Amino acid sequence: MTNLMAGLLQIFQYQFMQHAFEAGTVVAIIAGIVGYFVVLRRSSFAAHALSHIGFAGAAGAVLFGVNPVFGLLLFTSVGGFGIAVLGPRAANRDVQIGTVLAFMLGLGVLFISLYTGYATEAYSILFGEILGISSSDVLVTLLVSLVILAVMAVVYRPLLFASIDYDVAEAKGMPMLLLGMIFMLLVAVATSIAVQVVGVLLIFSLMVTPAAIAQRLTKRPQRAVIISVAIALMATWLGLFIAFYEPYPVSFFITSIVFISYLLVRFSTRANRGFPK
Amino acid sequence: MSVIQSETLSVTMPSRIIIAENVVAGYRDKIVWRDASFAIGRGEFVAVIGPNGAGKTTLFRLLLGLQQPINGTIKIFNTRPKRGNPQIGYVPQRHIIDSETNIECLELVRLAISGKRWGFSLFSQKDCQMALDTLRAVGAAELAHQSLSALSGGELQRIFLAEALVSNPNILLLDEPLSNLDIRRGKELVQLVNNVVRSRNVTAFLVAHDINPLLPFLDNVIYIANGKVATGKPKEVLTSKRLTDLYGVHVEVMRDSKGNVAIIGTGTEDHHGDELYD
Repeated sequence: MTNLMAGLLQIFQYQFMQHAFEAGTVVAIIAGIVGYFVVLRRSSFAAHALSHIGFAGAAGAVLFGVNPVFGLLLFTSVGGFGIAVLGPRAANRDVQIGTVLAFMLGLGVLFISLYTGYATEAYSILFGEILGISSSDVLVTLLVSLVILAVMAVVYRPLLFASIDYDVAEAKGMPMLLLGMIFMLLVAVATSIAVQVVGVLLIFSLMVTPAAIAQRLTKRPQRAVIISVAIALMATWLGLFIAFYEPYPVSFFITSIVFISYLLVRFSTRANRGFPK
Repeated sequence: MSVIQSETLSVTMPSRIIIAENVVAGYRDKIVWRDASFAIGRGEFVAVIGPNGAGKTTLFRLLLGLQQPINGTIKIFNTRPKRGNPQIGYVPQRHIIDSETNIECLELVRLAISGKRWGFSLFSQKDCQMALDTLRAVGAAELAHQSLSALSGGELQRIFLAEALVSNPNILLLDEPLSNLDIRRGKELVQLVNNVVRSRNVTAFLVAHDINPLLPFLDNVIYIANGKVATGKPKEVLTSKRLTDLYGVHVEVMRDSKGNVAIIGTGTEDHHGDELYD
């Protein structure tokens, strides 16, 4: 125990580790909450696509010398808006979304090749580079997250109902298109900040898997959100902690912890609860 | 003068809560059915019968205000249908709950009360009590903490009924609630709907393919086929003559000793009279 405390104290002596823990914590909370709705609405492919659309934005921002977070926010927001406008069931339009996704990745590749700087930029967008996060990035992440939390608090119940029972919610006169847009924008913004931690390609590990685990563990949405956040936090903290001592990428540890949790829960719940079909 | 008029009206139409006059329904380029006129009273149990694609769900969409009639008028409590009418409880057709949606029944029923409210607040005790009372009323109290994905078809329909009833509507629209149930579960559900209709004085429209399980309880039938609509008491509508007029081909209505009907000659025999053929 004293060793652990000493280890933590040692870690926090480094400013880049402080920043990493700050940003990682905020991102895990947001990804855990938004991720629950992504899983509930079966929109994980849309979330995946948004992160790839964000790749083009981030690469473009790098090319023009802008902070990649802003490129991510711009591209994912426009992309999220587009997916929402496509229609209420657009989250299932795999082909359309996939086509745009591929095009955006291609665009990202172009931007990266035009950029004459370091190839590590592309690498960090794709796989995350939380240890290189700056204090201004932390601030942007925090502000953006507060906005997401505020919006989520307002739309929580209507979004939950619309996600569980679309037809009845529509008949009750709820603004389905608006809710769909708000949701996709929340996913877009959450994706943008999560890319800093795990990168475009590994977004599932924070936005989808923790929530999928939570959904197996509880039937109550509030609890599921809490569990989802807890798993994302645990994976992020533990991943950062291990990465401080081991010379391998943080993203690898985070995704591995999430994956192992998923396997454990998946096979234990099937055994004891007879999870349906 | 006006006083006398309104009194006469209230005497002649004591409880006609849904009135349709010469309604034509469909989409811009396709009429689904035309010339529907009917008046449905408070506390009536109404079956909506007809072959697949005849436009039964279209009728519901009109009542829900999700679609406007091409012609004619529909009035519910003397006003045009509008989306989000709190007087209507709705159970959609083929209401699929994803088998991975691990959410307890109580949560769904509570959301049917509070899901429209913006802003974050944990569910109130009052909402919770209302949801539990409604679950009890449909005989599903013991399912309150079960996951939706773990329920059988019959249990799910009870939960959906509770979801529709929890806001105390005057009208229930049930779109094919019997379609995935075996005969026994179907009969139980029809009994339950009938109890709700009688005890709460609710008007229920139930879309079904087979009218026989419903016949003992029905006040009215809306029969939709071949772009036309016939309405009235079951005995008036389910005659060879009325249905021949409706379908435009010769149709024979046969009855067995138990009062079950079989309708022959429509070319879509599968939609009713199953019991006679079995």
